[in-house]
Amino acid sequence: MDAISDIEVKGAALPAPRHRVRRTPLSWARGGGLSALVFMAPMLIVFGAFSWYPIVRTVVMSLQHTNLVQAPTWVGLDNFSAVIHDPQTPIAVKNTAYFALLALVFGYPIPLAAAVLMSEVRRARGWFSALAYLPVVIPPVVAVLLWKVFYDGSSVGVFNTILGWVHLGPYPWLQSQQWAMPSLVLESTWANAGGTVIIYLAALTGVNAELYEAASVDGAGLWQKVWRVTLPQLRGVLLVTMILQIIGTAQVFLEPFLFTSGGPANATLTVMLQIYDYAFGNSLGGDYGRATALSLMLAGFLAVFSLVYLRATRSWSTE
Amino acid sequence: MSGERPAQLISPAEWRRPGVRFGVGGAQLLLLVALVVIGLGPLLWLAKSAITPTNDTITHPMALFPHGVAWGNLRDAWVNVDVGRYFWNTVVLALGSWAVQLLVAATGGYALSVLRPRYARLVTGLLLTTLFVPAVVLLVPLYIEIVRPPLIHHSFIDSYWAVWLPAGASAFNVILVKRFFDNLPREIFEAARIDGAGPFVLFTKIVLPLSKPVLGVVSVFAVLASWKDFLWPLLVLTNPNEQPISVRLPTIQSQTELGVFLAAMCIACLVPVAGFLVFQRFFLRGSGLGGAIKG
Repeated sequence: MDAISDIEVKGAALPAPRHRVRRTPLSWARGGGLSALVFMAPMLIVFGAFSWYPIVRTVVMSLQHTNLVQAPTWVGLDNFSAVIHDPQTPIAVKNTAYFALLALVFGYPIPLAAAVLMSEVRRARGWFSALAYLPVVIPPVVAVLLWKVFYDGSSVGVFNTILGWVHLGPYPWLQSQQWAMPSLVLESTWANAGGTVIIYLAALTGVNAELYEAASVDGAGLWQKVWRVTLPQLRGVLLVTMILQIIGTAQVFLEPFLFTSGGPANATLTVMLQIYDYAFGNSLGGDYGRATALSLMLAGFLAVFSLVYLRATRSWSTE
Repeated sequence: MSGERPAQLISPAEWRRPGVRFGVGGAQLLLLVALVVIGLGPLLWLAKSAITPTNDTITHPMALFPHGVAWGNLRDAWVNVDVGRYFWNTVVLALGSWAVQLLVAATGGYALSVLRPRYARLVTGLLLTTLFVPAVVLLVPLYIEIVRPPLIHHSFIDSYWAVWLPAGASAFNVILVKRFFDNLPREIFEAARIDGAGPFVLFTKIVLPLSKPVLGVVSVFAVLASWKDFLWPLLVLTNPNEQPISVRLPTIQSQTELGVFLAAMCIACLVPVAGFLVFQRFFLRGSGLGGAIKG
């Protein structure tokens, strides 16, 4: 980081004097202002139109009644209260929290353990990471629909056949209110864990080798080195991957949409699915006000959650 | 790969102890077996079932070709189910998204890192802000913008531009490229300026040739992200003949027999898997994601 900021400071000093002489449109253009603007233009246009403007528009739309047919009318906070009083909302919130929690339980320790073990592989380490990452490059729609075939609830379904070899099952998987959500989380973990493994492997290269040697000199065994050196050295990355995973799983959409459409009996209805239903689920025209209100509430919750999380873990992560 | 060997948790002396050797070595072997079964297994099953008669897959999903091979599934999928057309739609969508992302990231990164007008700091700040806005916030307003764009009274629904242009708004790309440019030696830029190179020559003759590695990373991830995309093209491309394969697969599933459907899914995986095998180091080095998180 220090090297980068040094370069930035040096670089900043170079073109600056040109701007400061006289500021007329002509001197601005001659001093490189025009060409800088030309190079900025694609970014400013694309981000302006497809990122900054829609962000502002969300706030406006959440305060309006809009259905693209009639002119939008201002309704104050009506959309927010309608969403809060929608009987589906508590179900969606509870299910999303459940998904995020299960994804942490399944998906958080496994990549870490795998990465620590993989980084000590002495031969063919490339194979380990390639195999771990392979599911990440599979198009998510293919992954979900393939697992939907695996989850077939009949006794000749793929998973039920395999479990039948050890006389287990058949299990109903997606058809069961109880097991539908864990099934979704299992596929999601399969599809995403490889990315986290690669992040941990990269972070493990940054662990100071002298710490291991010092620990060995002090007589530490393998487990002690993992607990006292490896994990403390990774804690910054561990904290970031956890919050990123929570932010990602809070917006889970594809799995409930394609696996179960929120069923059975709303057991996998998530917040994102509800937003989709508000906006696009009704063929007679979407309720875009409620959809944006709910998405803003989700984003607001995630922002507050992240701030509290970073505050709470600050002393632990930087020390 | 040898240059990025992590610090060794287990010292050579420890490796010589039989307990460590068999304990850790055994755990690693188990991990490798698990990775083969879990990481590769589902894909091998998909590849096998794509060329197995539907009846065999339904009745004996784990058997290996009990009644021979059905290459016809692949042909049926490509020709009769029109997967060929959807495949090329996906290619065109990916190439357009790639071009837009590369243009925005390269020119934007160059302007922010090398040209640095006075407002560069503000723009960088606004870019970083978008990294903290969850994608869910953009979905509905972006859709409305495509249906009813401000100023232009023409819907972009069913136009590929509706997929290509928003793909360019990736702050992650711009920041990645900007950081790379920040690390290029400033002396080269100065020398070129003294030789009379203007900002355009500097960009095309000096900066671009030096930035192949980072543009490679951006390219690979741009194509893969486009190939994986589902919800956005589903919303803005309503004409089935224009849709990419990911969007078509759920419909194909409900209208075709299992064997042909699995063949279609297998075809959908070909490009990403082949790309992964060719460009492995981009993915596995963690240079993109890992670097971004560490910073």
